[in-house]
Amino acid sequence: MLLLKLFFAFIQVGIFSVGGGYAAIPLIQEQIVNIYGLMTMEEFSDLITVAEMTPGPISINAATFVGMRLAGIPGVLLCSVGCIIPSFCICLTLAHFYYKYRTVSGVQVVLGAMRPAVVALIGSAGATILMLGLFRTDIQNAVLGDIRLVEFGIFVVALFILRKFKTSAISVILGSGVVGTLIYALMGAV
Amino acid sequence: MKKDYSKLGTLFKSMFMLSACTFGGGFVIVSLMKKKFVEELKWLEEDEMLDVTAITQSAPGPLPVNASVIIGYRMAGVIGSLTATLGTILPPMIIISIISVFYEQFRTNPYIAVALQVMRAGVAAVIFDVVINLAQNVLKTKRVLYIAMMLIAFIATYLLGISAMMIIFVCLGIGLADLAVTLYKKKKGGV
Repeated sequence: MLLLKLFFAFIQVGIFSVGGGYAAIPLIQEQIVNIYGLMTMEEFSDLITVAEMTPGPISINAATFVGMRLAGIPGVLLCSVGCIIPSFCICLTLAHFYYKYRTVSGVQVVLGAMRPAVVALIGSAGATILMLGLFRTDIQNAVLGDIRLVEFGIFVVALFILRKFKTSAISVILGSGVVGTLIYALMGAV
Repeated sequence: MKKDYSKLGTLFKSMFMLSACTFGGGFVIVSLMKKKFVEELKWLEEDEMLDVTAITQSAPGPLPVNASVIIGYRMAGVIGSLTATLGTILPPMIIISIISVFYEQFRTNPYIAVALQVMRAGVAAVIFDVVINLAQNVLKTKRVLYIAMMLIAFIATYLLGISAMMIIFVCLGIGLADLAVTLYKKKKGGV
C-alpha cells in the first residue's frame, strides 16, 4: 500500500509542479511530510541538500531519494515514473500540435514574440549560477570584495575556450570541476 | 515530419550524458541541449529550440523531462519521446539511489563540496556562451519590440524574481497582440 501511496503522491506532485524544479519541493513536502507523514522534516531537508548537489532535475532527484529511503528500488521506479507521467502526456500533446502548426505564419508571429523572453530566462539562470559561483550568494547580497578569484578565473578561461574552440559543454563543466578542486587542494584549502 | 529510428541510440546517449552532467536547474540543461542538438548534431534549428523551451515552461513538470519529450517526439515520434525521457531520468535515478545509501559520507566529503562549488563557474560559462549566441540573433532581427522584450524579461526575472511561466504567458499575450496588428495591417493594405 505504501508503494501505491507514493505513486499517487508523486503523480500529484507532477501535475501541480508548474514552473520548474523548485516549485516541486514544497509540493513534495506537503505530500510526503504533511499529508502522509512518511518522512520527518529533518530527513526532508537532507533530501533538498542532495537534490541540489547532484545532477539532474530536482523533482526526479527528490522522487528518487524519497522512493529509495521509503521503499527501495521499486519505490524509486514508482516515484520517478509517477512524477513524470502527467508532464509526459501534456508535453507529448503540445509537441504534436507544435509540429503540426509551427509553419503557419500566424503561429510564427506569436512564437517569435516568445523567443526573446526565453533568451532572457536562460540568461537569468546563467546570471544566478554565476553569482552563486563567484560570491556564493545572489546579486542582492553580493559584496564585490568577497569575489572568489579561483572561480572567476575558471569562468573566464572556460568561456574563452567555449567561444574560441567550440568545445563540448560537458568536458568544460567536468574540466572546471577537476581543475578547480586541484587548485584548492594545492592551496591547502580543502 | 519524418521519423528516423536510426537516431534513437544517439538520442539516448546524448540525453543520458547531458542529464548526468547537469547541475543547477532546468535552464542549464536547455543551454546544453541547444549546444548539443543545434550546434553539434544540427538536428534542430535554433528557433525551434527556443520554441521547445517556451513550451516546456507552459507545461507542469521538470523542464529537462519536458524538453526531452518534445525533442524525442521531433526525432522519432512517441518512441523517441520515451527513449529521450529514459535517457534523461536514468542518471539522476542511479546517482541518487547510490547517494541515498551513502548520504552522510557524501555530504561531509570536502572534495565533493569544493568540486560542486567550482563546477558552477564552468556551468555559468556554458550558459553565457549559449546566451551570447542567442542574444546576438535577437539583436539581428533589429525589431525594437523583440530587443526591448528581451531586456525587460531579463530584468523582470533576474532582478524582480517574477516566475518564468508568468513571463512566458505575458509574452504569449504580446505575441497574440502582435499577430492581431500584423493581420490588421495586411487587411488594410489589401483594400
